[in-house]
Amino acid sequence: MANHKEETLALREQFDTVEQQKDASTLGMWIFLITEIMFFGGMFLAYTIYRSSYPGIFAITSSSLNVYIGAANTVVLLCSSFTMVMAVRSAQLGRQKAIIFNLILTLILGFIFLGVKAYEWNEKFVEHHVPGPGFHFVGIAQQGPAQLFFSLYFAMTGLHALHMVVGVGILTWLIIKTRQGTFTAEYMTPVDVAGLYWHFVDIIWIFLFPLLYLIDRHLK
Amino acid sequence: MGKLPLFPEQASTFAPDVDHLLYFLLAVAVFFTVLIFGAIFYFAIRYRRRSEQELPRLVHTGIALEIVWSVIPFGLTMIMFTWGAAIFFRESRPPDDAIPIYVVGKQWMWKLQHMEGQREINELHVPMGRAIRLTMTSEDVIHSFFVPAFRTKQDVVPGRYSTTWWKPTKPGKYHLFCAEYCGTKHSGMIGWIYVMDPQDYQKWLSAGVQSGSMADNGQKLFQDLACSNCHKPDGSGRCPTLVGLFGKNVQLSDGRTVKADEAYIRESILQPTAKVVAGFQPVMPTFQGLVTEEGVLSLIEYVKSLGPQPAAGANTGVAPVPPSKNASEKR
Amino acid sequence: MITAAVQEREHYLNASYGIKSWLLTKDHKRIGLLYLATITLFFFLGGAFATLIRVELLTPQGDLVSSETYNKLFTMHGVAMVFFFLLPSIPATLGNFFLPMMIGARDLAFPRINLLSWYLLVIGGLFSLFAMLAGGVDTGWTFYTPYSTTYSNTWVIATALGIFIAGFSSILTGLNFIVTIHRMRAPGMTWFRMPLFVWSNYATSLIQVLGTPVLAVTIVLVFCERVFHIGIFDPALGGDPVLFQHLFWFYSHPAVYIMVLPGMGVISEVVSVYSRKPVFGYGFVAFSSVAIAVLGFLVWGHHLFVSTQSVYAGMVFSFLSYFVAIPSAIKVFNWTATLYKGSISFDTPMLYAFGFIGLFTIGGLTGLFVASLGIDVHVTDTYFVIAHFHYIMVGGTIMAYLAGLHYWWPKMTGRMYPEGWAKLSALVIFLGFNLTFFPQFILGYLGMPRRYHVYPPEFQVLHVLSTAGASVLAVGYLMPMIYFIWSVRYGKVATANPWGATGLEWKTPSPPPLHNFDEAPVVTHEAYDYSTVMGEVIEVG
Repeated sequence: MANHKEETLALREQFDTVEQQKDASTLGMWIFLITEIMFFGGMFLAYTIYRSSYPGIFAITSSSLNVYIGAANTVVLLCSSFTMVMAVRSAQLGRQKAIIFNLILTLILGFIFLGVKAYEWNEKFVEHHVPGPGFHFVGIAQQGPAQLFFSLYFAMTGLHALHMVVGVGILTWLIIKTRQGTFTAEYMTPVDVAGLYWHFVDIIWIFLFPLLYLIDRHLK
Repeated sequence: MGKLPLFPEQASTFAPDVDHLLYFLLAVAVFFTVLIFGAIFYFAIRYRRRSEQELPRLVHTGIALEIVWSVIPFGLTMIMFTWGAAIFFRESRPPDDAIPIYVVGKQWMWKLQHMEGQREINELHVPMGRAIRLTMTSEDVIHSFFVPAFRTKQDVVPGRYSTTWWKPTKPGKYHLFCAEYCGTKHSGMIGWIYVMDPQDYQKWLSAGVQSGSMADNGQKLFQDLACSNCHKPDGSGRCPTLVGLFGKNVQLSDGRTVKADEAYIRESILQPTAKVVAGFQPVMPTFQGLVTEEGVLSLIEYVKSLGPQPAAGANTGVAPVPPSKNASEKR
Repeated sequence: MITAAVQEREHYLNASYGIKSWLLTKDHKRIGLLYLATITLFFFLGGAFATLIRVELLTPQGDLVSSETYNKLFTMHGVAMVFFFLLPSIPATLGNFFLPMMIGARDLAFPRINLLSWYLLVIGGLFSLFAMLAGGVDTGWTFYTPYSTTYSNTWVIATALGIFIAGFSSILTGLNFIVTIHRMRAPGMTWFRMPLFVWSNYATSLIQVLGTPVLAVTIVLVFCERVFHIGIFDPALGGDPVLFQHLFWFYSHPAVYIMVLPGMGVISEVVSVYSRKPVFGYGFVAFSSVAIAVLGFLVWGHHLFVSTQSVYAGMVFSFLSYFVAIPSAIKVFNWTATLYKGSISFDTPMLYAFGFIGLFTIGGLTGLFVASLGIDVHVTDTYFVIAHFHYIMVGGTIMAYLAGLHYWWPKMTGRMYPEGWAKLSALVIFLGFNLTFFPQFILGYLGMPRRYHVYPPEFQVLHVLSTAGASVLAVGYLMPMIYFIWSVRYGKVATANPWGATGLEWKTPSPPPLHNFDEAPVVTHEAYDYSTVMGEVIEVG
């Protein structure tokens, strides 16, 4: 009976086989990502509703976002997803150095994304586009819906950035654990599910970028 | 006093309709309650355990039974749905000859205004036998206009208009409650609806303070706020004429067509760039902060008075009160 | 007295001692007990608020407390009861304890996440408790905007934060249960051999995982609006106060099914055991749980019939609301049919089950009233709605919870509760409950609005009846508190299977060993096959 066997990382005492634990962990991460879709979904819904209520104003405010920077950031994240895939593949092959190399690349790209985001936000702050008492968007009579656009912009990109920061923390922890020799070809589940998480954060951005930066540019 | 009431009075045309639906629902509910309670009681006694060695034989279910006791309740619920939906639909369609009343709710009072100009606080006098249509908004939080004797309720929301209507059938005095929690004195935001015989109502109306009809006040406001500089009656200004506007369909610059109802007028005053009439420029400034909700309602009555008139405007049987010189109010 | 037999054998309660062994446990059984203690505290806190409310309502005037205080009382009653008692109750206590055992597993899939879930509930609870003690919150548990975002000057943020954190407790529990049920069933335990309590918790977990994040993001938006004064729900800035209601109820309607589905699972178990028969229509009852979970996501607009939601939307939501009633009706009919030709015993869990079926039937039938647009326009936001949901939450869920506690008490503690006192409490609770809440249906139709501190004098008689009932109900709830605690020390020692039940949890000693089973179970027969647990039998029926 597996009751009193020594517990290992790959086979914790509640599981009967390594396969079972791997399956359970992966299923768990997928379910967690589904909850994240519902979480972001609420904000996407609010954005969609207000955009359809104020199409003209949202088009103008959206155009004030720097689409080149946004596009660059998108490329950065896509590349980071690629390096993450490489990290997972290296883990499957048991190649420790390659895992660390690719995780570090992913981490750097993640930091670049966050840095660029901070620069964008600072730009918004300087232009008085941050919602609050100092808000003013030049050229629009109704400031209310304009402020609404930026509220949703900051809420959505902020929530996304928060998830990126958590992702960065997870990557750091993975790098440390890899250096300690924790992962083998047989046991690399944490790298695997962290990859899933990272890809998810990337996909959220793939939706955010067009919704916030690209739509209705032609209306301006 | 000694009598325990079970139902509120029936004082509107909706009340008996709603009560009849209630009786049907009660009958169904009592039937199934008695059925289930009875079955449990009967089975529990009839099949009580008589020895610890008893092992009941398996009783197989049949899909037929499961279908029967799904389909029959479903059929009953569809009757309930249709009946309730029909009442709800009628409640959403005020007749064209309904008398308009304007309501502004705020923490913690009801301000009501008749189009002839009478203002009431926490009270509303109405004639029996006429449809009454309330256009309502809030100055602060969400409230709800609830008259149990009429069986109607409608939330009163800031930033938009909501409407409700009823036709009182019995003279008397009926509770008005705020039915959406709105803060400290939510339970104090109550009042009375006074339903009067039509002749008594006319007397009451004429005996009111002479402060000008809503339309007159609206006209004054229209001039004070310089609306007349652009909105000229002959359409020669920079903006569309408002004569004959109310109730018509309007073509907008983005291709949409909307009806010029109360909500449209309000939005045009407070958020003018939201809907721009085709062929015109978005030059109208916003009057948010420069006019109160009641001011907006007066302006609406004024625009209505420029025709085409809804039938209510002509049929109250009361001559409009002439505007008096010293009663100009911006509110 | 503790007998020698219990002293010798090691089980989950005596395997280790000390605070650390409880606060850092990974054992789902201990975590279940940690939850039991936490939610019981919140139950009595919510109950204390309810007591003050009912005493104030004895008279039409506001003479016991001020309006500000009264508004805080009903808000905090709702917050404590919904978020910190009802939502966790059955899944986090009985579900945590018995779900792994019922499917033959040694623990849940993620034991440390399970412990984290408990900590999240406690931390969230502390935030909300802080808000209550520091001055209270007065928005109603539904915290509608713009009152909650712009006008209330009470501890809205702290309370909302507490609920936000507790929400993650719920999400992680749901996630844990889903993975456990999918991946950790013992050999031979197919989906359709699982006890119906497991099916109910599975359906509940689906709702927890899909619905709660929407509440979380709604709270984030309310937080942003209130702290940064931006206009998401504020009409003065172009926001929409009714959007809040849509977002709030998108979670909070499915939430009521989180509260009732596990209770239904308990009733399925109890009705079967004390009739000594499999649940009639097992497959239909199993599927109805999932149907309720799915359909429950489609009906939130029935809370918005008079909110300025469009007439068309109202009709769609009313129509769908009738659909969701049908699976519940199917369950009630199947439970009743289970009694037919059974061998019925009247132990306390069964009395509570009878109470549940009866009161849930009444509560559910009054749901048909409020689903009807014409009626709802009149009764929404009145005491009719209060009576409707208390019939389901209290007459339903709490009765089911008590049924489950009594049923599984011997397994959890190794002791029997005192049957005589338990039966008496059940009767007191049943009578007290009906006296409290039935008059409220009448009050509601008469027009008595919700959340009213003062009211017109003609409503007083019904309020007095209701308060009288509440005092009886309070006594009824105190009794199990006392005798359950008494039984842990002085109750009769329990055998492994005192009720002759069939589940895997009864094949292990009472209390269970640390890893649940001394030998890994293999399942070879259908659920609820009583021939396997009885010696010599006399066939009846």
